[in-house]
Parts: sequence; structure tokens; C-alpha cells
Amino acid sequence: MKVSLFVTCLVDQLWTSVGVSSVEVLRRVGCEVEFDKRQTCCAQPAFNTGYLDEARPVARRFIEIYEESKADAIVSPSGSCTAMVHHYPQLFAGDPEWLPRAQAIAAKTHELSSFLVRVLKVEDVGASWQGRLTWHDACHGLRDLNLKSEPRKLIRNVRGAEFVELEHADACCGFGGTFSVKYPEISVAILDQKIDAIERAGVNAVVSGDASCLMQIGGRLSRKGSKVKVMHLAELLAADARG
Amino acid sequence: MNHLSSETFDQNAKAALADSHLRGALKNATSLFGERRKAAAASLPNWEDLRSEARAIKDDVLSHLDRYLLEFVGNAESRGAKIHWARDAAEANSIICGLALERNARTVVKSKSMTTEETHLNDALEAAGMQVVETDLGEYIIQLAEEPPSHIIAPAIHKTRGQIAELFNAELGMPLTDDIARLTSTARATLRDRFAAADVGISGVNFAIAETGTIVIVENEGNIRLTTSLPRIHIAVMGIEKLLPRFADLDVFLKLLPRSGTGQRLTTYQSYITGVKRQPSDEGPEELHVVLLDNGRSRMLAHPVTRQSLACIRCGACLNACPVYQQVGGHAYGSVYPGPIGAVITPQLMGIQKAAQLPFASSLCGACREVCPVKIDIPRLLLHLRAEISPRQGKLSERLAFKMWAQVMMRPSLYKLSSVVGRVMQRFFPVSKAWTNGRDLRPIESKSFHELWSNE
Repeated sequence: MKVSLFVTCLVDQLWTSVGVSSVEVLRRVGCEVEFDKRQTCCAQPAFNTGYLDEARPVARRFIEIYEESKADAIVSPSGSCTAMVHHYPQLFAGDPEWLPRAQAIAAKTHELSSFLVRVLKVEDVGASWQGRLTWHDACHGLRDLNLKSEPRKLIRNVRGAEFVELEHADACCGFGGTFSVKYPEISVAILDQKIDAIERAGVNAVVSGDASCLMQIGGRLSRKGSKVKVMHLAELLAADARG
Repeated sequence: MNHLSSETFDQNAKAALADSHLRGALKNATSLFGERRKAAAASLPNWEDLRSEARAIKDDVLSHLDRYLLEFVGNAESRGAKIHWARDAAEANSIICGLALERNARTVVKSKSMTTEETHLNDALEAAGMQVVETDLGEYIIQLAEEPPSHIIAPAIHKTRGQIAELFNAELGMPLTDDIARLTSTARATLRDRFAAADVGISGVNFAIAETGTIVIVENEGNIRLTTSLPRIHIAVMGIEKLLPRFADLDVFLKLLPRSGTGQRLTTYQSYITGVKRQPSDEGPEELHVVLLDNGRSRMLAHPVTRQSLACIRCGACLNACPVYQQVGGHAYGSVYPGPIGAVITPQLMGIQKAAQLPFASSLCGACREVCPVKIDIPRLLLHLRAEISPRQGKLSERLAFKMWAQVMMRPSLYKLSSVVGRVMQRFFPVSKAWTNGRDLRPIESKSFHELWSNE
């Protein structure tokens, strides 16, 4: 199957190993991966902050780029950005030209774990990683895309990894995009509940499907001098080829 | 009374975060409510169907509200109720004060009612010379403390047992104790005398049934039963959206409301009030007045996106589930309706300028939508309000930043350039303190994924 990778602006700029790992995993399960270098952002920051006039042209550009792709699917290592693309029809409601185009692109766009488990029916990507780890349900993946069992199935099949459920795994980490800088104190107060739960879990790593949550969680863990690593699901699933 | 303003949400929230008593009380209460709700919802195999059914009923009510209101009014009047239409809070308060004054009323007992909190009825009654006593235990506590409620169903949720003991010690002269049963029985004994002496009883309404003209009120303490049956006059205040078409519709809502609110299968009391007593020997008040309050609701109704805010049955589940509410509590919102649904309703009731911060006080995590018994898409409504606010009232710097952002994201060459500039800037300038005060910032990669892909 041919897939076009939407790596997200955050991964592109701040966490490239998530992109590299996504390519590795997709290739390992037999996909041909293309990357359109015109890609930038899904438009979520503007959409979520209420700047729809700024969000629309960026979304239209996303649609145009991927309409040209011959790939069977657009795959992204982010539940949040994927959910944004799924929100495009809402952004173009009542627009006879762009609404159907938005719907078509949304239907083709999948978050990584969802693509592996639901589309390819792959639950074991042959990864191995030594240690005890837990999973944080990133909100948009969980509640907009209904991803709950998919990442867990993939993680349980990682050889050597001991998976433990996080207490309140489905509770928000407090990131929320511009929320985290508009209300930093509240954001960190929410985050500290997550950090406490991670510390209680006694794990070597916390894994999630969104680099944004991991930046939030990792930023606090590192500030507190914690030894717990943050890892994107793609990185965990790629852990093998690179040891 | 110490009212915080919605306009200073950021300041209110910071003060709340520094209050360790408040945060302890909030954590206990919201997690307890949350767990109970979850268990109660799980006890019904068809929970999701019930939610859809309830929403469908509410959607029907809201699209034919004019018809259902008139049907309710006709049926309630034929059973002897008097109906009063109030355009806004001031009109509602003046109707109610007028009714009380005309009857030379001196004392009023009230049962918990968010609608009368919304209109600040107590202030109006007191200004008219009335003595007002809140009879719900939580409301009674905050009345003694001269504070507004901080939760839709648990108004004193922000108070610890110790704080309540101190309050009862100061206000009622009871010895300090942390024995909840003794605190409660003291409040109960004090309130019993008030009921007996009251001239007027004022209540809210949970549901109003169009086909019978019945008002339905649910509660656990029995104070509503007393408020609505002991005094000679009962005044019920309700928002115009509280209607249900048929009596049978209650089946769905009485399953959802107590389970969502307190995690109960049933509330201890359910009062069904249809008109006034028919014969002198019947029990109950001589007069029943129902005040139908608009106060911005017909404006919400008119808009296809915001209309669903009126489906709310005031269970408070979204407050308990909200990570922001869990940290800052209700007072920070500066509105009688706090939490996610408050952030949606308040700007629509008070005017968007007065509550422009509230729709942004959310991480958009969606936990509110997940627990809402009538499936209100609160994140969607928050986004709708943000889009109303940002382009008009956003800070100039923010508006410009998003204009630049769009330019950059539209052009791969600018995007590439900005990533190079970002790397350099990050080295020489401190990045947003807002982020780095509490968290380390991940540095920008020396090579972007775009560059790595080219090198492959």
C-alpha cells in the first residue's frame, strides 16, 4: 500500500525521530512511503484559537497538496492533527466547492496506530524494547478518533516491554495548544496530576501518540529531574531496527 | 457578597491555584462525583441510547419551544397556576418581589435554584426588605459565608469540613466539631423553624411537562418538598428551555440526571406539582406562580450552533470531568454557571465582552462532551465562541501573529526560512516564559524532517 506521510509541523521542527520512526514502521509493514515536501501545518493552532480566516487557507492548501497524491492513504503520527483534518468539513460547512473536497481528504487521513490496526490489520510490527512502560491517551486521539484499544494492542506486542496501565490514562495532560501559554499555571497544575500518576506507575517510559502531549509531559519530567523517558508510539514501534 | 468577575478569570484562577484548602476540597469532590457517575452510568446497559434519546427530545423541544411553552402554560393555568413571563433577570426579580410585597410577606424560604442565582434574586428580595433563607444545606452554607455557589449541584463544593465547622461556630454559635452528622443536624434544626415561619417558598424547576402543566423538582434533602408545600405561596422560577413534551419523557431524564449529577439511581425526593390544591382540605400552598425566564435564552435559541447549549439539564457532570474546573473550581469563572457549560453559557447570557476569557479556559480535551447526558458538543461550542471573540477582541499581537503564521504555513520557502530563524532565535532569546516557568522546552532540531528526507 502506498501512503503519504503527513509528519506535522511539530514533529518536523522539534521531534524528527518521530517522523523517521514512522517511516521505518510503515516500511516494515510493507508500505511504500512518500513525503510531500510542500507540507507545513494542518491549521489546528489557528482553528482552535478562533482564527478561522487564517485557518481556512492553510487547510485548503493541505487539501490541494494531498489531492494530487496517488497514495492510498495519508498517515500522520498525531491523533490531534489527524482529528483536525477530520474537522475540515466543519471548517467548510456550507461551502459547496470545498466541503466535498474536505470530506474526501478527511476520509483518507489516518492516525498511525489507527492505520496500522484498523486499515492494515497489523497488531505486531516486530518491535522490541526492554523496560516497563505506560501509555497516555492523548485527548484528540481518544475522544475525536476513538483510539483506545489500537495503541494498546500494538504496545502489548512489543517484545521485552512490560506494559502497565496509567492511573487516569484518559485524563488530559493540560497541553491544549495555545491554552498551555494562555493559562500556563492551570496547564501545569493539570500536568502535575499526570506527572504524579506517571511517577506512581514506576515506569521507565511513558508513551503517547502525540508529540505535543509528550513535549508537555517531558518538559515537566525533565524540569523535575525525573528519569522517566517520554517516547512517541512511532519511536517505540521502530525500536528494534535501531536497537 | 463577594462576586468575582468573569473578566478577571486569569487572576481568579491564579488565586484559586494558590489555595490549598480549595484544591484539596475540589480534588476529593470532583473525583468522588466522577467515579460515582461512571459506576451509575455503567449500571445501565443502554446508557448511550438514553443519551441519544434525551438529546432528541431536547432538540424537539428547542425547535418547537413556542408551541410547547403555550401548551404548558394552558395546562398549568387550567390547574390554577399563575404564569409570569420575564424577559430578563430584572423583570423576573421585580415580578417575584412584587408578588411577595403584595402579600405582605416578610420571610422567604428558598430551595436551590440556579435560575434564581442567575438573576441574583436574593439581593433583590433583601433590598425589598425580605428575609431570605436558603434551605439547601450547601446553599445555606454559602449564604452564611456570603459567597456565591461554585458548582451547579454542589454549591459549597469548595469548602472543607473544617471550614464549615468554623463557619457554623461563628454564625450559629455551635461548638467546633468535625462530626458531619452534628453539623448537619444543627443546620436542619435551624432550618426547620424557618420553614414554619415562612410566608413564601421559592423553588427552581428541573422539568416542566407541557402535556400536563406539571413542574418536576428532584432533590435529596427534603427541603424542596417543604419549600413548595409549607408556605402559603409557592413561586417556581424556570428558564424557558426546561420543558419536556410528555410526562413519559421523564423516564429518560430521570434516569440520566441523578446518575450524571451525583451518581445516584434516584434522588431521595421527586416532587410533581400540578397546579394548586383543589379543596380546602387538600395539602399544599394556596397559590402557585410560575415565572418563565428568557434572559438571553431566545437569543441562544435563534442561532443554529449555540442552540444546543439550551439542552443542558444542569447536572454538573461536565464540571466534575473538566481538568480546568478540577484545578480552579467554580468561583474563578465569575459566573453562577462555571466549568465547561458555564464557559459556553456565560458569554451568551452576560455578553461576550464580559466573559471573553472563559471560552479559552479549556484544553479542548473533550471530557465534558463524553460525560454530558444530553450529548452537548461543548468543545464545538467553545470553538464557535472563540471564533466570535478572537478576530474582534484578540490582542493585536495575537491577531498579527496568526496572520503571519498563515503566511508562513502557506509558503514552503517561508516555512523553511522560519525554521532556520527559529533555531537561531532560540539560542539567543529566552523563549516564552509562559512555557518555561513550569516546563523545559524541547529545543528545535538542528535538521528538520524535511531536510532529513532530502538527505535520504
